[in-house]
Amino acid sequence: MMSENTENLKQLPLGDWHRGLGARMVPFAGYEMPVQYEGVMAEHIWTRTEAGLFDVSHMGQLQLVGEGAADALERITPGNLSALAPGKIRYTLLLAQDGGILDDLMVTNAGDHLYLVVNGATKHDDIAYLQAQLPDSLTLHHLEDAALLALQGPKAAEALAKLGIDPGEPNWPVPTDLHFMEAGPFLWRGIPLGISRSGYTGEDGFEISVPAEHAVTLAAALTELDEVRPIGLGARDSLRLEAGLPLYGHDMNADILPVEANLNFALSRARREEGNFAGAERVLAQYPDKAAKKRVGLFVDGRQPIREGATVIDAAGATIGNVTSGGFSPTLQRPIAMAYVPMDLSETGTAITVEQRGKKIACTVADMPFVPHNYHRKPKP
Amino acid sequence: MSRYFTDEHEWVEVEGDTATVGITDYAQEQLGDIVFIEVPEVGTELEQGDDAAVVESVKAASDVYAAVSGEVIEVNEALEDEPGLVNSSAEEDGWFFRITLSDKDELSDLMDEKAYKAFVDDL
Repeated sequence: MMSENTENLKQLPLGDWHRGLGARMVPFAGYEMPVQYEGVMAEHIWTRTEAGLFDVSHMGQLQLVGEGAADALERITPGNLSALAPGKIRYTLLLAQDGGILDDLMVTNAGDHLYLVVNGATKHDDIAYLQAQLPDSLTLHHLEDAALLALQGPKAAEALAKLGIDPGEPNWPVPTDLHFMEAGPFLWRGIPLGISRSGYTGEDGFEISVPAEHAVTLAAALTELDEVRPIGLGARDSLRLEAGLPLYGHDMNADILPVEANLNFALSRARREEGNFAGAERVLAQYPDKAAKKRVGLFVDGRQPIREGATVIDAAGATIGNVTSGGFSPTLQRPIAMAYVPMDLSETGTAITVEQRGKKIACTVADMPFVPHNYHRKPKP
Repeated sequence: MSRYFTDEHEWVEVEGDTATVGITDYAQEQLGDIVFIEVPEVGTELEQGDDAAVVESVKAASDVYAAVSGEVIEVNEALEDEPGLVNSSAEEDGWFFRITLSDKDELSDLMDEKAYKAFVDDL
C-alpha cells in the first residue's frame, strides 16, 4: 500500500470544502485534490444516471487578448480558430515545432478575447510555450483567481436550471439554452460566471468558471440539489475512459503525433489545406491513416483489468505496442483500455495480446466510445 | 488460533501448521471497489515477502505479499465470481489463500491485533 507525501502541495479554493464532505485527498498536478467521496463505482454510476459535480480547478484557465489572437494561436494548433464564432468552443492541440502533442485544450471565442482551458499538470509549461511563440502584441492572462467546476450527467441541465442563473445581459440566453461546445457569460446572485456546455465524461454537462471567493457558495448550492453529488477524480478518469477520451500525459505526450493519437477530427480541413501550424509537414505526412501506430480501444477478455504500462505483444512475444489507460468499466462491468497498436492491427475486431506482469491477456480492438456519448448537440438544420 | 498482521496490511490466521491469509479491513477501505483478485495457484511455494496475489480496484492494481513462507494448499474460489467479498468481509469471507507454514518463527516478525491497530491509527 502506498503512502504519499502531501507536503508542498498547493491548496485549491475548494480544498477545505472537499475535506469537510469526507473526500479522500491525493496529490494531483501539484495540488491536493479529491480522488473519491463514497467510492469510485458509486460516483461513476451516479454521474451516468444523475449529475456529478467535479472540482477541476487545477486546470489552467487562460485569456488570450489582442488583435489577431486566433490567427496567432493557429500557428501552434491545428484547430480552425479564426473561423470560430463568438460563443463557440473548439477542442484542439498545442503542438511542438516537430508536431508532437504538448497538450490538449479547449478554446472559446469569448468575443473580445480567447478563453483557453489547459491541463493542470502542463499549464506552466503551456504558458511558457505560448508566451515564447505568440507575438508580443498579444497578452496572456492566467486566471489564477478562478475556480472551475464541472457539472456532468443526464440531469445536469435540470439541476443547473434550479439555481436560477441569469443571462449576462438582458435578452441573452440562459445556460440551458446552450448546446454542446457553446459558452457564454452569466450572472448568479450578481456573481459573474463563465459557463460552457462541455466536459470530459461523455455526458451532457457544463463547465463553470467562478471567482475563487464564490466557489464554495456555488458548489454548496449545487450539491444541495437532490440530483447532484460531489464526485472525485477517480470517477472522472473511469468516465472519460468509457467515453473514449484520451488523457494528456497518458494517452498523449510530446512523442505522439495527432494522427497516431486518433485525433484526426482535430485537424480541420481548412488548416490541413493551409498547412501552416507547428510541425504541419510531419503531422500531415501521416494524414489520414499513414501513421505506423494508432490509439485504439480494447475490450479485455475476462475480469482482470489491464493498466497503463502493460505491453502489446506479437505471436513471438515481442513488444509491438503499449497500453496507455486501462481500468474496469462500471457501466459495462468489464475491463476496457486504450493502447497504441501497429496500424495493421488497428481495425475493430482485431485480436490483440497484452502482457501484464508476465501474464498474457487476450483483447479485441473495440470501437470508441465504449459507452455512447450523451451530448446535448445543436440539431442539424 | 491466533491472528497476526503485517505492515503491508495483510492478516494471517494461524491454526496448527496452516495459515489463512487475507488483506485487512483498513486495506480494502483504502483500495475502494475491488473488481478482480488474482490468487496464487495451489501448490505454489511462497517465500515470505514474495508477490502472492494481486488486487485490482476500479482504478489501480496492488500487490499482496506473502506474509509467511510455505506452500499454497487452498485458494478462495468465491473471489473469482465475487471479488467484492473483500470489500464486504475482508477479514472473514474475503480470505485469499491457505498456506502450510514452512517456518513458524517468521510469525514473530508480525504484529498482533493490538499492535496493528496502533500502527493503523498512526498512519
